[in-house]
Amino acid sequence: MSILLKNGSLKGEKNVDILIEKDLIVKVAPGNSIKDDKAEVFDLTGLIVLPGLVDLHTHLREPGREDAETVATGSAAAARGGFTAVHAMANTLPVADTAGVVEQVWNLGRKVGLVDVYPIGAVTVGLKGENLAELSAMAESTARVRIFSDDGFCVSDSILMRRALEYVKAFDGVIAQHAQDPRLTQNAQMNESELSGKLGLTGWPAVAEEAIVARDVLLTEHVKSKLHICHASTAGTVEILRWAKEKKVNVTAEVTPHHLFLSEVHCQSYDAKFKVNPPLRTDKDIQELRKALAQGVIDVVATDHAPHPTEDKEGEWSSSSFGMTGLETALSVVATAMVETKLMSWSDVARVMSEKPAEIGQLSDHGRPIAENELANLCIVDPKVSWKVDAHDTQSLSSNNPFHDMTLKSKVVHTIFRGKFTMKSGQVQK
Amino acid sequence: MKKHLVSAHDLTAEDAVLVLDTAKELAQVSDRPVKKLPTLRGRTVVNLFFEDSTRTRISFEAASKRLSADVINFSAKGSSVSKGESLKDTAQTLQSMGADAVVIRHGSSGAPYLLATKNWIDAIVINAGDGTHEHPTQALLDAYTIRKHLKNNEGDLKGLKIAIVGDILHSRVARSNAILLKTLGATPIMVAPPTLLPVGIDSWNGQYSYDLDEVLPKVDAVMMLRVQQERMNAAYFPTTREYSRNFGLNAQRLKTMQKHALVLHPGPMNRGMEITAEVADSTNSVVIEQVANGVSVRMAVLYLLLGGTNNESGDNN
Repeated sequence: MSILLKNGSLKGEKNVDILIEKDLIVKVAPGNSIKDDKAEVFDLTGLIVLPGLVDLHTHLREPGREDAETVATGSAAAARGGFTAVHAMANTLPVADTAGVVEQVWNLGRKVGLVDVYPIGAVTVGLKGENLAELSAMAESTARVRIFSDDGFCVSDSILMRRALEYVKAFDGVIAQHAQDPRLTQNAQMNESELSGKLGLTGWPAVAEEAIVARDVLLTEHVKSKLHICHASTAGTVEILRWAKEKKVNVTAEVTPHHLFLSEVHCQSYDAKFKVNPPLRTDKDIQELRKALAQGVIDVVATDHAPHPTEDKEGEWSSSSFGMTGLETALSVVATAMVETKLMSWSDVARVMSEKPAEIGQLSDHGRPIAENELANLCIVDPKVSWKVDAHDTQSLSSNNPFHDMTLKSKVVHTIFRGKFTMKSGQVQK
Repeated sequence: MKKHLVSAHDLTAEDAVLVLDTAKELAQVSDRPVKKLPTLRGRTVVNLFFEDSTRTRISFEAASKRLSADVINFSAKGSSVSKGESLKDTAQTLQSMGADAVVIRHGSSGAPYLLATKNWIDAIVINAGDGTHEHPTQALLDAYTIRKHLKNNEGDLKGLKIAIVGDILHSRVARSNAILLKTLGATPIMVAPPTLLPVGIDSWNGQYSYDLDEVLPKVDAVMMLRVQQERMNAAYFPTTREYSRNFGLNAQRLKTMQKHALVLHPGPMNRGMEITAEVADSTNSVVIEQVANGVSVRMAVLYLLLGGTNNESGDNN
């Protein structure tokens, strides 16, 4: 049966009717102009229609930590957040450092069928930063890996990073760097600042990120490869990225919703739901990150969705795990931080949460124009609603969402993946 | 007073003076042949120590016993905690046993704060040192000792200058002292090599310096902090000898201080490292007295928090 989406606002710009048959958009026409008696009709008046969201940075935890998340539950959380594609990070158990593991994750994603799950391959064997993993084997596998990352760990060895950047040129890959100088951040717990000194928590200085970003930008320019910076978190990183882009270095960067919204002040509660790596920074960093995202200096928003079971997040700060969930709140946080503040339009949101991430991940099925003969991957948003986040009301197996009890503006109401509702009126369609 | 004592910030100037005045009264108990008051009879105080600290634990134990409280010592070593039991489970166990007060020492900054704010237990929480965060009763006993000698055992510490010397970065004693001294009207001066001062020291209460010799003649008391063994191998300073030359308190340096100036040390001392034997045993040194004052101050804290006076009147949280 076909689906007729009536009078939705296309990226917030003009009202259109969208007719979907099977997995394709077959017609896009001005609002309230299409009539189709056989179609299931949805009135989208007042709602925003975006291309299905694409996440470049998701921890699905399977295989190995199925107590925290599985491909199935993570996919459901993604669908609820308006995503039609996610990139599964490599730090699973076993690590996704072979063709076998990435194909397993790829197949699990296909079996669940709520979003496209694209595995990210590890750069080094076991994320240990010693020997390159079989990057080419992962690239040639059915999972067709193009992004490689040791996320969770930095590829800190300069020569290994250089070799990785060079090696992936053979198959047009990109190295996604978790920029963190390990020696400058031993046992680091929160942003290094006046506040860390007062709280007695070991500091994670901004320079530990910026030094690696600067080095890798220079290496990338030197070997003419492609670099992606994961979760940029500091004003200094923004400055380096701005310089790199002026020099036409092939570097892209992501920022997480939490780094756009939450500052280190939350650490005062010693509540480990605010413990994340890189850590929450200062208000000045937040302002610079927002500006950089609006200007395109930072290319995309990526969630760094990092589920953890309750027992790993309710104890003492220093023994709790790093990470926050974020798939289900990402769009709302971006809308609240960027659209409500008039820093970005809805078409900018489409760019940073769908089009550009799909381009970096080299996905042909996502981040496409909403037009005839394109795949029907859509995210439909109510821009007027205000809602209070309940971390326990989640499709994820974990509830470590730092936005719990906070009020956000805008909410995803429907998600359409390859022509089928994966979420309809707030209900995930499993 | 607030319900819990987690940070020196929990004390207003009036609260702090009340603790010191109460400690003064209770100190007399220690001079009696029978060192015991019936005040906390039937109340249970748990010493919950996740880190070894014999000195602090026995100080709290003596304080509780002199007030006739029942004392349970819960040491992490050899208990279920070392088998992976969470802070929450431990807290709920203590709750079931009917603890009225929990004195907690923990290696992780913020653990006492969680215990006090997470609704796991009803007991009052007293921070006996958490990670590199705070150690408020140590600050109270230091203030008591200084007040006794320099302020006739009365009122606050207005006008006094106090140097705190050594590993400020990792010291919970320094943090609590910087806060409490300021609350009581004194000026703390942090003295350390730049590597051992935290980022943001400019915004701390008081002043800081890299030059001990320049500071010493100006101050009314100097607190020497212990240099931890693990700092010695982590490039915070080149050698222990160089540290000792620049930041150790020796007899020559003591001579540059004012006659009335006090020398304090929270213990245990590294004699020959941050303090020489001559200084530790000099007439200016009040290190031994600090131990006795520690018991009085902790008695006062237990007495006040466990219902010695009206708990509600000053509760602002």
